Amino acid sequence: MQNWYMLTLVGRDRPGIVAEVSRVLFDAGGNLGEASMARLGGNFTVMIMLQISSEKEEVENLLNPLADQLKLFVHVDKIIGDLHHHVDPNFRLSVHGADQAGIVAAVTGSLALLEFNILNLESDVGGTPEKPIYIMHIEGFADCSLSSLEKSLQPLISEKGIVVHLFPIDTMVG
Amino acid sequence: MVQLEILVYPDDRLRQVSQPVKAVDDKITGFIADLEETLSSQPGCVGIAAPQVGNFLRIIIVDVSSRPQHKNHGHLVLINPVITSKKGSSVGREGCLSVPDYTGKVNRSQFIEVKALNRFGSKVAFQMEGYEARAIQHEIDHLDGKLFIDNLVGNRNSLKKRNEL
Repeated sequence: MQNWYMLTLVGRDRPGIVAEVSRVLFDAGGNLGEASMARLGGNFTVMIMLQISSEKEEVENLLNPLADQLKLFVHVDKIIGDLHHHVDPNFRLSVHGADQAGIVAAVTGSLALLEFNILNLESDVGGTPEKPIYIMHIEGFADCSLSSLEKSLQPLISEKGIVVHLFPIDTMVG
Repeated sequence: MVQLEILVYPDDRLRQVSQPVKAVDDKITGFIADLEETLSSQPGCVGIAAPQVGNFLRIIIVDVSSRPQHKNHGHLVLINPVITSKKGSSVGREGCLSVPDYTGKVNRSQFIEVKALNRFGSKVAFQMEGYEARAIQHEIDHLDGKLFIDNLVGNRNSLKKRNEL
C-alpha cells in the first residue's frame, strides 16, 4: 500500500541538498508529489510530499543518515495526498513597509475575518540591518468583493504605516 | 454539432504546428460549429484553438463577453490569425483546457493588433488589450505548438503593479 507523507527539512543552506535528498528517496522507491523550497534567512527549508510504501518510522530511518551528514532537521508526517484539486486564487496582495513585529498578524487577521483562504504566502526581509523592510506577497481565495477586502485592510494601513496593494486575479482559461 | 475530445498535455500532438486554412468552405464551417460547441461546453473557458481538438488548422475562437469587466470584441472566430503589432507587457494567470488542474503566471503583450479571416472568409482586424489580448496570444500559441506552461514566470516577483486580469 502506498502512503503519503509530508517531509519537512530545515538546515544551513548549501548546494546539493535537494539532489541528495531526492536521490535517497527515489532509490528507496519513493515518488515525490508537490514541494515547496525556500531559502529563508540563509536557511534551507523544504516541504515535500512523498509517496512510498514504507511506514513512517522506515521513512525516518531512511532519512536519518542523510540528515546527520547534511545537518538537517527532518520531520515526517503522514498525510492525505489530495492531488488534482487545486484552488485558484482570486486575489493577490503585496504588502511592504518598515519591518516591525505584527504586520503578518494584522494583515492576515483582517483577511481571516472575511474567510480569505491563503493559498500562497511569501515574505522577505530586505533593506539594511539598520533599516530593514518587510515585503510580503499573498495569494488566496475569498468569496467576497474587492471593496470589502479593501475596507477590511484600510485601518491597519494607517495604523502600521505599511503599503498594501490589493489586486483581483481573473484567471484566463483558454 | 458535436463536442470534440480535447487533447491533454503531455500529448505530443499539442506540439504540432498548425497549417493555414486555404479556403473557408463547408467543411471548415462545420468544424467551427463543432469547435464552438466544444468551447461552450467548458464553463469558465474563454478560448479554444483547433489543435486542442486534434485538427491542425490555424483556427481559434475567443469569447470574453462572459466577463464584461474586460474590454472585448464579443464572440470571435479567427482563421489564420496573425499578430501584426504588440506593445507593453503584463503578467497574468492562465489555465488551459489541455492542462487540467494547473494555473500559472505568464507574461504577455498588453496591447496587440491582430489580423485574420472571419468565419465567412472576410478579412478582419482588431486592436485589443489586457485579458482579451491575453486570450488571443494564448490561443495563437497553440497554433504554433506552444503551451502556457512553456512561458511561466516565477512567484517572487517585483512589487510593481501586475495586471492579472
